[in-house]
Amino acid sequence: MNPHAGKLYLHHELSPDERTSPTFTKIPSIEKLRFGYRCNRCGKQKTYRFGNMPHSTCGQNCRYCRHCIQMGRVMECEPLYSGSSYVEWPRYEDVLQWDGQLTVAQQRGADAIVHAMTKGEAELLVWAVCGAGKTEMLFPGLAFSLESGKRVCLATPRADVVRELVPRLRVAFPDVVIQGLYGDSPDKGTDASFIVATTHQLLRYASAFDVMIIDEMDAFPFHHEESLQFAAKRAAKPGATRIYLTATPRKKEKWRVRLKKLPVIFIPKRFHGHPLPVPKLQLNPTLPYHMKRKQLPASIVNAIVEQQQTARQLLVFLPSVQMTEWVAEVLESHSLHAEQVHAGDPERIEKVTSFREKKASLLLTTTILERGVTFPSVDVFVIDAGHQVFDEAALVQIAGRAGRSPDDPDGDVSFYHAGKTNAMLDAHDSIVKMNKLGKGR
Amino acid sequence: MRCYVCFEEILPEVTWSTFLLPQKVKKICYGCERQFEHIVPACPKCGRPDSTGLCFDCERWGMEQEDPLEQNVALYQYNDFAKDWVARWKYRGDYELLQSLECQLRSLFQKTEWDTYALVPVPLSGGRLVERGFNQSEAIIQSLGQKSTNLLRRTGTEKQSKKQRRARVASSNPFSMIDPIYTPVVLVDDIYTTGTTIRHAASLLKQSGCPQVFSLTLFR
Ligand SMILES: [Zn+2]
Ligand SMILES: [Zn+2]
Ligand SMILES: [Zn+2]
Ligand SMILES: [Zn+2]
Repeated sequence: MNPHAGKLYLHHELSPDERTSPTFTKIPSIEKLRFGYRCNRCGKQKTYRFGNMPHSTCGQNCRYCRHCIQMGRVMECEPLYSGSSYVEWPRYEDVLQWDGQLTVAQQRGADAIVHAMTKGEAELLVWAVCGAGKTEMLFPGLAFSLESGKRVCLATPRADVVRELVPRLRVAFPDVVIQGLYGDSPDKGTDASFIVATTHQLLRYASAFDVMIIDEMDAFPFHHEESLQFAAKRAAKPGATRIYLTATPRKKEKWRVRLKKLPVIFIPKRFHGHPLPVPKLQLNPTLPYHMKRKQLPASIVNAIVEQQQTARQLLVFLPSVQMTEWVAEVLESHSLHAEQVHAGDPERIEKVTSFREKKASLLLTTTILERGVTFPSVDVFVIDAGHQVFDEAALVQIAGRAGRSPDDPDGDVSFYHAGKTNAMLDAHDSIVKMNKLGKGR
Repeated sequence: MRCYVCFEEILPEVTWSTFLLPQKVKKICYGCERQFEHIVPACPKCGRPDSTGLCFDCERWGMEQEDPLEQNVALYQYNDFAKDWVARWKYRGDYELLQSLECQLRSLFQKTEWDTYALVPVPLSGGRLVERGFNQSEAIIQSLGQKSTNLLRRTGTEKQSKKQRRARVASSNPFSMIDPIYTPVVLVDDIYTTGTTIRHAASLLKQSGCPQVFSLTLFR
């Protein structure tokens, strides 16, 4: 095996001997275009993303890319080195050791994925509701690819997802070398035929993969970061099959689906067969008045108090960290103890685990828990649902936290607001529509 | 104008002073700038924060022998935001990030009245220079619009950051002189941590005839 297959290196990452070896093709790092420049590692073209520095190595004033500098500095005077991707990958036999059973809906998804891979189709969007069981749906396609000697990448914008997926995949595919790559991941090898990685790590690959699967393609930061989309495209071989998984596709994908430019398979049913809880839009015109005074309207406090008498736990989504703090104080004055969690919280993982173990009954969170986390039996409230951080995708994902378990497939989802927004209405409608589609199948 | 830290657009604040002195325009947005913390009150000698009089470290330097350093002046506290800033600037090598502090750095320098003194960068070893591609002290001097005077050479390595303070204080002087100087000097570096590096350089300068040594750092 070639450890450099499909990898993209910076000058200083290779030894002088490696740099002259025929394994590598040199490509210009920062290319002059008719107007401006382009960094060939991250694809950025904006002038303000480039800097100049007196470069002591070459003695010139050199251009460098400020955008992808977290992954090492790309200098104009030094080329990028692309490792040859012509490598024989192992052809595994009987690779899938999973004895679970796909539901009828999952099987439809799995069949479509296998079909796209066998036919070598360019793209497939798997539009599956939250709780459809997307990972299992991938198993037959992954097995097919690994058995036919293909190199596969499963990429996702979120490191948490990589951390969660790798052990599950290692159980299902015990003979396969699977490397999980994210910012400070323990796996240092990058040369396996099955890579599970954050989309950031794809900046280090070029023409590497026969199959590129992008999970949660609509999530932050992938959907709004062009350089990650550029990297994902470049990491796949020309002619590779790309599979996108999402519960909440963005406008661009929906538009391409409508124009029949992007093949799609809908999986509108959850794996347990029950419909998605439909959010209730709860109008509360005095909400802004109270929020300005760091207070909550009595009706919302009462709803929380009442909810806490039931057997279910409660997830409350709030638009800012600051708000989680004062809402916790307000609830404390009503003798309700609430845990709080946000993106920068160093104890985030522990707090989520302890909530899952039912050590707390009330968790206040920012949108950080909108996806990826599953709790068996929760109700979900969104307070100030009209805030701009709650776009359609976020609200659908948030609503999707409820009713995940076959033992308790329902849940109360309430959006508290002071005036309906399009995001709320679109989220509501798309859930209703998915439930209608799910009924027929 | 874009913020040199976060790339967001900065809405220009046009006043008479920004109109007449364009170099006064800050190249950092309000959201990024307010995450740096000023040093008040500070040790009058080294600029250590939260110290009303001479700080413990400075007092100790004076006890053991005559302190070679007159005074250190620093721009901001070395908080978590500053640590991330330094990591990106120095270790990742984002040279132009320094522009985000240029305006603040220049006004700090003006207040010191050190503009007639020689500005001496703390040298890097050859290996480090190749790794980063630039010397951080020289970059700071350039950003002040001044010329650097190279008087020192590094003979030891920089691999001191992991050593305990005691070990660092006791470690031998990693610098040697290129040329002596007989006028006051301002040593320039990015961070003042224990003051050992700067005092090593300062004592060498004084031994070879320099009357006074001051220092200027971004962070303290
Ligand atoms: Zn770049
Ligand atoms: Zn160069
Ligand atoms: Zn900024
Ligand atoms: Zn002091």
